[in-house]
Amino acid sequence: MMLRSAFTVLCLAVVFLWKATAFAQPIPNFDLPLLDRAGTLSLADVKGKVVYLDFWASWCGPCAVSLPELEKLRRRFHPQGFEVVAINLDNSQEDARRFLRDKQISYPILFDRQQRTPEQFGVAGMPTAFLLDRQGRLRETHTGFKPGDTEKLTKMIQQLLQEEGS
Amino acid sequence: MTRHYRWLVACCVSAGLLAGCETAPVKAWQRGDLARTEMAWQPDPMESAFRDHVYTSKEGASGGVGTGGGGCGCY
Repeated sequence: MMLRSAFTVLCLAVVFLWKATAFAQPIPNFDLPLLDRAGTLSLADVKGKVVYLDFWASWCGPCAVSLPELEKLRRRFHPQGFEVVAINLDNSQEDARRFLRDKQISYPILFDRQQRTPEQFGVAGMPTAFLLDRQGRLRETHTGFKPGDTEKLTKMIQQLLQEEGS
Repeated sequence: MTRHYRWLVACCVSAGLLAGCETAPVKAWQRGDLARTEMAWQPDPMESAFRDHVYTSKEGASGGVGTGGGGCGCY
């Protein structure tokens, strides 16, 4: 009986450690062109900030819900070291530009023509976002987007901003 | 000998045809074309709801109509 309990505890510990290390992994860097202006942006350019890395496309309904909400979050927390980096996965840049025409988005939007980054990051649905801490470690994965998600994200961002950036 | 040869050819052809059935699953970010309005069985949501209502009342059962989501791989 004791042996069985010890084995169960050991299994749980292994699962917990595996999950903990999976979330602590540094994520791959990228260098992609900006959609709305000349130049490129890499993950290294936002080093030291809490980053919400968002994969989206113009044809995705929940993505349309998420963009204005992310803009609000960005405006609120940007002075404290928060940045949203969005990677557009449309087949054509024009689709994305047309979609963004009547939207006021201030955060950088990148275009991944080769669509390699979603594979590297393991994007499971659209939109999928990765919340990174100041050390560039993955702390949360967020798939889909509902209006109520903003509150949950606000709490997570606040928590990460309070952490030390060393 | 000829019979064996025929069997071999039949097996090769069958294997080739079955291999043609293999498809790589569409990734979430590759569903742009599938999410287009013209790709939906019933692009008009009002018409779709009306048809579902008629079907449900006639059958005395609901559900089993289509799948969840808009084809964009969202949860």
